[in-house]
Amino acid sequence: MKQTDVLIIGAGAVGSAIAWELAKYRLDVTVVEKNEDVGGDISRANSAIIHTGYDAAPGTLESQLVVAANPMYDKIAADLDIPFERTGAILPAFTDEQFEKLPALKHKAMLNRVYDIEYLTAKELLELEPALNPEVKGGLLIPRESIIDPFILVIALAENAADNGVHFLLGTKVTGIIVSEGAVRAVKTDKGEEIRAKYIINAAGLYCDEIASYVGKNKYYVTPRKGQFYILDKKTSCKVNRIVLPIPTKTTKGKLICPTIHGNILVGPTAEDLLDKTDKRTTAEGLASIAEDVRKMVPGVVLRDTITQYSGLRAQRNPEGLNIEMYDDLAGYVDISGVRSTGLTGSVSIAKYVVDMLIESGMKAEFKTNHNPRRRGIPCFAEMSDEERAELIARDKRYGNIICRCETVTEGQICDAIHRTLGARSLDAVKRRVRAGMGRCQGGFCTPKVIEIIARELGIPVEEVRKSEPGSELVIGNLR
Amino acid sequence: MEEKIYDVVIVGGGPAGLAAAIGAKEAGAGDVIIIERDSSLGGILEQCIHPGFGLKYFGEELTGPEYARRFIQKAKECGVEYKLGTMVLSIGEHSVTGINPTDGVITIRGRSIVLAMGCRERTRGALMTPGARPAGIYTAGAAQRLINRQNIMVGKRIVILGSGDIGMIMARRLTLEGAEVLAVVEIMNYTTGLIRNRVQCLEDFGIPLLLSHTVVEIKGNNRVEGVVVAEVDPATRKPIPGTEKLYECDTLLISCGLIPENELTREFGIKLHPVTGGPEVNQFMQTEVEYIFACGNVVHVNDLVDNVTEESLTAGRSAARYARGELKKPEQEIRVTPGNNVRYVCPQRLYPGAPATLFFRVTEPAKKVTLSVLADSKPVITKKLATVNPGEMQRVDLSAEALSGVSTVLVEVR
Repeated sequence: MKQTDVLIIGAGAVGSAIAWELAKYRLDVTVVEKNEDVGGDISRANSAIIHTGYDAAPGTLESQLVVAANPMYDKIAADLDIPFERTGAILPAFTDEQFEKLPALKHKAMLNRVYDIEYLTAKELLELEPALNPEVKGGLLIPRESIIDPFILVIALAENAADNGVHFLLGTKVTGIIVSEGAVRAVKTDKGEEIRAKYIINAAGLYCDEIASYVGKNKYYVTPRKGQFYILDKKTSCKVNRIVLPIPTKTTKGKLICPTIHGNILVGPTAEDLLDKTDKRTTAEGLASIAEDVRKMVPGVVLRDTITQYSGLRAQRNPEGLNIEMYDDLAGYVDISGVRSTGLTGSVSIAKYVVDMLIESGMKAEFKTNHNPRRRGIPCFAEMSDEERAELIARDKRYGNIICRCETVTEGQICDAIHRTLGARSLDAVKRRVRAGMGRCQGGFCTPKVIEIIARELGIPVEEVRKSEPGSELVIGNLR
Repeated sequence: MEEKIYDVVIVGGGPAGLAAAIGAKEAGAGDVIIIERDSSLGGILEQCIHPGFGLKYFGEELTGPEYARRFIQKAKECGVEYKLGTMVLSIGEHSVTGINPTDGVITIRGRSIVLAMGCRERTRGALMTPGARPAGIYTAGAAQRLINRQNIMVGKRIVILGSGDIGMIMARRLTLEGAEVLAVVEIMNYTTGLIRNRVQCLEDFGIPLLLSHTVVEIKGNNRVEGVVVAEVDPATRKPIPGTEKLYECDTLLISCGLIPENELTREFGIKLHPVTGGPEVNQFMQTEVEYIFACGNVVHVNDLVDNVTEESLTAGRSAARYARGELKKPEQEIRVTPGNNVRYVCPQRLYPGAPATLFFRVTEPAKKVTLSVLADSKPVITKKLATVNPGEMQRVDLSAEALSGVSTVLVEVR
């Protein structure tokens, strides 16, 4: 039977961040993830923003952790080679009703200790964002709201954890937890094995209520709240330079428009409460509703320049609220629930909080002397100078072979993505790591080539190459 | 580094680039080079293994690779140089810069540059087709490459969205490989590809064509499990509620139009025409930058490779002339504008006093119509046409005399 000190369920942002943090200690750590790739479900489809927490409910754990997380990202992004930019966000008011809400929003930010929030005049707003509706009356600036590559954030946390000795069991689903004498003892998996663990951390996101039910701690349930988004072409004529947030109403935080770290424009999301945790469909109605709302802020936005649309599912806890808990009657178990749209931001502070909680509870954890805090990213060919490109090709010819034309991704990068720690096994996994297929032709040209590269590098027949999970095989095999 | 300056540098070794190279050599150019990103010349023709090429240009029916072979052979015979596996990443002043595995980063200088990058396909994302995002959704051209060049079959039960030429050709191709093509679904009330493809690829194989229909939802979380097809109101092209029907399939092909691939053109600062998506040119295929020429699908999407060949030979000849000091930009150009029921006309500008062939497409299908070309509001050509279709490009030839001393040309169909 396998045995580990700490077992983390889920390799999304929270699970990967906890693994990254625990990897700093002399502990045997294992992450069990049902998907074939790290990166989770929710953590892959969101607005890719590192929040400040200015609008969290003051005094809550979410406020505490999101506010604490934001300043951590400069160092994390540098250490782990994650594309990250402090663009800032604005909250423009276009109606008197919205304008009157600004003082309350500013006060809320103060209560959340986001002291760098500032008022902006209409003139200042239009100078910052010429594409704004000229009827803007004034607004707020939140300088530290930032944008990040959400895929690379989670992949980098997981890779660094793995490089520092954390084990990842991918494509493995936890199907039960063995409890005896008031303590968790082991998890059961769909592979028919049991893994003994002194500590078990539930970081299962959308499915955390199901995991909690295995230990009888399901005092809440999770429903998915769908958010649909548009991604616009990098060359769209109407762009914004920073995150443009709507003034929230009583019922919704509303739809935003912002640049992505790679230069596209992101527009969305909707907020639709569902029951089915696998329903990630986009809908004509949902997409149409985004158009209407965002045009109120940025009338010139050209949504027909969309290159793709996606939807993500937020894990809505009922009752609401971020909750991280250990139980007196269940030693060794940590339950994390209510991680919602600020979870990508909060992942790293949640990790710190959880590890501190474990140590305070008596977990023996000695800091490693040989821990490597750095991760080497995959070279981004598209952003290199000609000199850097020439040097790279001279070292490895595969960097001279462009596979994805739209995003200028080379065979060298794709091979790196496949062969590195926790390497890519599928088309989407390659895409998330190097952006092949993320451009305006959406893989029209590169998909056939990437399928062949994956098959060759992994030594598998083409019919076993998947888009993502088992069952998503891309082709049915050779013709003759 | 050698500072060789080519007379003509051609970006792209498909049908347009090959014809441009031959045209340039025939017109007396010295050193001519083609830069091609794929591992062989021929471009998209290499995956078009069906017949139907060359009827106009050679007067015989060839497959794509056969058609390409003739031009590759000829280009080699007349001493055209070429670099394969080389991706051009930018255009500079009289130069292009690209990369390949052996040279690394390479800059090639030319007195003239010809853009012949072709086009790409419109995607599901651009169409905003709602639903899940499973495996099994391909553009028709990607599926064609997989089947015809990589020997890989994409699926067993297929629905094709869009009646573009590649989609209809793939309907037949997939049927021949044993797949079941359930339907070709077209939002317009006419096929957007050639009529001959509708007949030879769909009707001859009994493949249902659903006009005024579209896909309103894609189902399946891992692999495509089905698509929901609905009828659309022909006037608004919006789905009619209650007409939805589920087609259980494992693959959806998209054949909803082609987009000229002008990233390099745009990066260099050449304006793109809002309708064609390509640079504006004159009858010499000369862009607004006098040493840069463009031809083939990078300028406007053609139905027939024969047309591409014709205009690309012109582009090559013109590039050769520019390289020896001719074809400087005239002081005054004639502006060509589309009139009634004309979507676009190419070329958009004309050198005065030189003959020109105008290619144009209509906006709406029509029967028994009159084509008129007006120069400074006076008719210079009037022609009866039996039928016109947006999917079939029209052409009209204008003489040098008709284009002397005029400042505007208008093309209309009534």
